[in-house]
Amino acid sequence: MYHKTLPYRIFNVANTIFLVLIALCCVLPVWHVLAVSFSEKAAADGNLVSLWPVNFTTIAYEKTLNNPVFLGSIWVSVKRTVLGTLLTLALACLAAYPLSKETHAFKARNIYAWLFVFTMIFNGGLVPFYVVIQKLQLVDTFWVLVLPGAVNVWLTILLLNFFRGVPKELEEAALIDGAGHFKTLFTIYLPVSLPALATLGLFSIVFHWNSWFDGLLYLNNKTDYPLATFLQTVIVQRDMSSMSFNPVELALLSQKTVRASQIFLGALPVIIIYPFLQKYFVKGLVLGSVKE
Amino acid sequence: MKRIKDWPFHVMILPSLLFLIVFSYVPMLGVVISFQDFKPWLGFTGSQWIGWDNFKTLFERQDSAQVIWNTFIIAGLKIVFNLVVPFIFALMLNEVRKAYISRSIQTLVYLPHFLSWVILGGILVDILSTDGGLINRFIMGLFNIDPIPFLSTGSWFRFTVVVSEVWKEFGYGTIVFIAALANINPSLYEAAEVDGASRWKQTLYITIPSLLPMAVVVGTLSLGNILNAGFDQIFNLYNPLVYEKGDIIDTFVYRTAILEGKFGLATAVGLFKSVVSMVLIVISYRLAYKLANYRIF
Repeated sequence: MYHKTLPYRIFNVANTIFLVLIALCCVLPVWHVLAVSFSEKAAADGNLVSLWPVNFTTIAYEKTLNNPVFLGSIWVSVKRTVLGTLLTLALACLAAYPLSKETHAFKARNIYAWLFVFTMIFNGGLVPFYVVIQKLQLVDTFWVLVLPGAVNVWLTILLLNFFRGVPKELEEAALIDGAGHFKTLFTIYLPVSLPALATLGLFSIVFHWNSWFDGLLYLNNKTDYPLATFLQTVIVQRDMSSMSFNPVELALLSQKTVRASQIFLGALPVIIIYPFLQKYFVKGLVLGSVKE
Repeated sequence: MKRIKDWPFHVMILPSLLFLIVFSYVPMLGVVISFQDFKPWLGFTGSQWIGWDNFKTLFERQDSAQVIWNTFIIAGLKIVFNLVVPFIFALMLNEVRKAYISRSIQTLVYLPHFLSWVILGGILVDILSTDGGLINRFIMGLFNIDPIPFLSTGSWFRFTVVVSEVWKEFGYGTIVFIAALANINPSLYEAAEVDGASRWKQTLYITIPSLLPMAVVVGTLSLGNILNAGFDQIFNLYNPLVYEKGDIIDTFVYRTAILEGKFGLATAVGLFKSVVSMVLIVISYRLAYKLANYRIF
């Protein structure tokens, strides 16, 4: 396609190597933590571990996985992710359909659209939000993790744009057959939108799985924490009070290796599903592009 | 086309609207707290009204004014580098000839975007530690200097925050540019080839001008984020040693409200941030519309 001059070929090789190194840098920190988590206490504490475990041992993982608070938090996260995602998708579908109509088909559309969008532009801040949650008696309940975030305006807008791309002929055919709006939504738009819904579902799953701040703010018992919040207390705040160490363990375990195993286990779900679903995440970005 | 009744539309929107009213609009009314000396046990009606006093405190107190400045600097640097680095990276990636190498690189660089700052915070605090952290070990060995206090000195902290954020997000940021690059008409390159242009000249006169509109849109839209310096990241990386240069509006609000109990002041700071952000977002969206015909809905 263009002159393959010698300077260009040199540049090409150097460029490719440089980019590969950068790409490896993106994985390196996680790899290092993995190595530390499988290393023995003395080596980890002595800062001898770089990219490979020193004196391979699985004891850190045994300790972490046998912690009932850790296991319990996984279950809380699974519950909130499943319930939260289903709720978000259901609400998004219901709201995106009317919002995707033009004003001549649905007069109040613009008012509603602005009501939705305005919440993305302005909010009351942390304190008023906390007061509302408190007044609703949601503090220290499981539902505080699901209900406040139920409506995801950004996802609704993505879906709205997608619905606009659905051929009008499908809708007209349904209307001619006498279908009402609900029927049209469920029998025409939803089946067509399954790939888009899958992508939105993925975004929602990642959002819920990684959410840690709401748990920290509104829940007071460690046993109620979702995984992300539990990890925050252990990894960042270094609060190991949920685990007890007997003398044997103290000799063999280092806080560093236990923490490293928690970090890696926290990152693992994302690392596992990510390669398979990467193309959905990438597509999701262009899902909401407006057609001019 | 026959227009059938509207009411199903209203019914469909209703559930979402109810949630928005309860969890987004009602809290907006709570900004009244910023004009009060709010005590939770007295509530809205019982707390004393002090007018603009909280806002005066906000600008007069050394630490709260500093916090606003920190937020602008950190967010500003992030916006610039989160635009420039993906732009350049996309250009460089475009030159890689073998598709499987390019795809592998892309897969690896997207990954950090999906890791939470809780995880990354834990990792960074470990590898950036002055006491034997991986990075410092490497630097000390290579350059024979003292360990760098990445997370314990104010100025280094800002550097670390910006660099780690760019490291996390640049891969994902290249997606829009890669998509735009794929849309460039190949015949432009062929014509340039015929005219004897080198690859560099082609990049300068074809590739970059084709990408600039997208860069302008991305940049303009991120203006609205000038006050979002990254609560998640800073909260999980900071410590009292770096408050002076690293504390941002959101972390300040959190500490002032939750740890110090000064609800009125915290709400005032939050309100200030929300109002300025709102003005900037509106400006940025109007600009994006004028410059590139970009609409969100």
